[in-house]
Amino acid sequence: MPNTASFPASDFASPTALSEALDRHAYLADEGLATACFLSLRMSRPLFLEGEAGVGKTELAKTLAAVLDVPLIRLQCYEGLDAAQALYDWDFPRQLLHLRAAEAAGVTDVQRLESELYDRRFLVARPLLRALETSSADRPSVLLVDEIDRADDEFEAFLLEVLSDFTISIPELGTVRAEHPPVVIVTSNRTREVHDALKRRCLYHWLEHPAFDREVAIIRRRLPEASERLVRQVAGAAARLRGLDLLKTPGVAESLDWTEALVALGARDLDPDTAAVTLGAVLKYREDTERVVRGLDVLLNGS
Amino acid sequence: MGGASGRAGPSEPEPPGAGPSDGAERRTSPRDVVATMAGFARTLRAAGVNADPERLQAMIAALDRLDVENARDVYWAGRLTLCADPADLRRYDRCFAAYFSGESASVRRVSRPPVVAARFAARSEVGGQERRGDPSVAAASEAEVLRRRDVARLSAAERAEVRRLIALLQDVSARRRSRRFAPAHRGRLDPGRTVRSVLRRGGEVSRLHHRAHRTRPRRVVLLVDVSGSMSPYADVLLRFAHAAVRCAPRSTEVFTVGTRLTRVTRELRHREPDAAIAAVSSAIPDWSGGTRLGEELKEFLDRYGQRGMARGAVVVVASDGWERGDATLLGAQMARLRRLAHRVVWANPHKARPGYEPLTAGMAAALPHVDDFVAGHSLAALEELAGVIGDA
Repeated sequence: MPNTASFPASDFASPTALSEALDRHAYLADEGLATACFLSLRMSRPLFLEGEAGVGKTELAKTLAAVLDVPLIRLQCYEGLDAAQALYDWDFPRQLLHLRAAEAAGVTDVQRLESELYDRRFLVARPLLRALETSSADRPSVLLVDEIDRADDEFEAFLLEVLSDFTISIPELGTVRAEHPPVVIVTSNRTREVHDALKRRCLYHWLEHPAFDREVAIIRRRLPEASERLVRQVAGAAARLRGLDLLKTPGVAESLDWTEALVALGARDLDPDTAAVTLGAVLKYREDTERVVRGLDVLLNGS
Repeated sequence: MGGASGRAGPSEPEPPGAGPSDGAERRTSPRDVVATMAGFARTLRAAGVNADPERLQAMIAALDRLDVENARDVYWAGRLTLCADPADLRRYDRCFAAYFSGESASVRRVSRPPVVAARFAARSEVGGQERRGDPSVAAASEAEVLRRRDVARLSAAERAEVRRLIALLQDVSARRRSRRFAPAHRGRLDPGRTVRSVLRRGGEVSRLHHRAHRTRPRRVVLLVDVSGSMSPYADVLLRFAHAAVRCAPRSTEVFTVGTRLTRVTRELRHREPDAAIAAVSSAIPDWSGGTRLGEELKEFLDRYGQRGMARGAVVVVASDGWERGDATLLGAQMARLRRLAHRVVWANPHKARPGYEPLTAGMAAALPHVDDFVAGHSLAALEELAGVIGDA
């Protein structure tokens, strides 16, 4: 088994080996997710992760970057995101400065001056370009395109172009080609349907809330200082909360926050009083909180 | 944010119904694998999963890196490459179990319920509720009164006048931001123009140029209910649709819903309103029938919406929400529509009635997924609807 420090992507013999490596970085991946990551690395195909907020989509990208020991390049999507913020932009102030400096130095060769203006050093690499430039065969960069459902349709088209052959053409400079395709993880909370053409380029995986035992294992792996009893109570309450049809269903992220809050308060046990004061770590809507507080006893002793 | 993995899949991924001992294991030669998987993809397509050849190729490439003899590997290779939607996963599990345990998957075609031309007697009660409404309205000019009158209660002459006014409606269209730029007074810097002006002045930076995004027409999709309960309003709403098509012929689409979904955009391209309405009338097979909104919305989304027509569009549903079918289906389809569309507008002529509450099952199911809920019962209300579309 290779050591935890660093190893190329191709070193994972099987999904199980990858799963073990993720486990060493405190991320418990099940068979499906491990296979998805394994194939994504092997086939150089982007991984499209869909699922509710807080099931660990973003965390997976972070952990994968840690496992491969490469920096994570993150592109957070939002409405109105465009090429200048996602691909590249020219550093306009520096270009002007360069012109003035050349003028002061008495440079008269206009042709040369102009070609200098569109030099690589005046180009600001945004996440997508950075991911292509820094990716190499033994150190593929990990690119996280987070919450693609928040971006506009047009941006999907850009992304499709970049992800299909991992090149970006810059008219003034030429084409930038990735030496080795980066590991790409695209996440979506499914607030809007993502175009099929983009999904077709990717491996598709749907992440669900974990089952009780798995959630207990995850919390214990992440927060070893919490008592087993407390963790089981939190996981049980979280599972019941998910059945309540709330405005915002708590994910694993919220269970972890909750446990952390309880541990910080020194609670060994989840009773109605400690639950009431820490509920803000799990529920993020007033309506939800009001509903849950009324039936707190049932929530804690449901099973 | 902290988090960790989840268990995958809506159902516990217990792969093939037959277990790992047979099924995928029998076929090992590469040619067999391709043929087997092509057959599997065909089964999936029949079940409604979009397992196209490109995806099939990806699956075979994935299998190449896994163990073809291991049923779980086959299961995951297919699931990760052939599916694209949580709804696909259930179908996939079913097909996988059926296909690899030797049976051919039984694909049940959803049989269409017979078209019932049930007529609703829910006619609007005749009465002048509007007249004794707001005193200021009563004092206003004749035209102003007409603008606010419920079209279901107009005389033939008044109706003709309203039709004429609807045909004069301008600007029933929406705009969206384009990727392209145009010079502007404020906005982002325009490097190209600035540099050119600097060069023209011999290197002197006298002023910075800016640019802003241009706008383009945004698609508007109108779904007009022509079932029996809507018959007092269907004519006026279709004329409104005609005005919209005339305003922006290339970015407006009109469908009628009732017992069937009918695309009437082409018919409405006629310049003359009366000719256009006549063409629509002959194209619609289900005037004044019942309503199966949920199913038709599903058909619209499957056939047109998801492929791009509803994407980023302003979608207007003009209906009273009288659903004869399953209201939960309507709710689910509205949620789907909401995810695709830029804005969902519901125009319900009955909304203007005093004391109206959205109590019909269909309306109640649809409302949580609606951005704007407007009336659309009078000329003034239609103008308001045009404003809502324009502001979207």
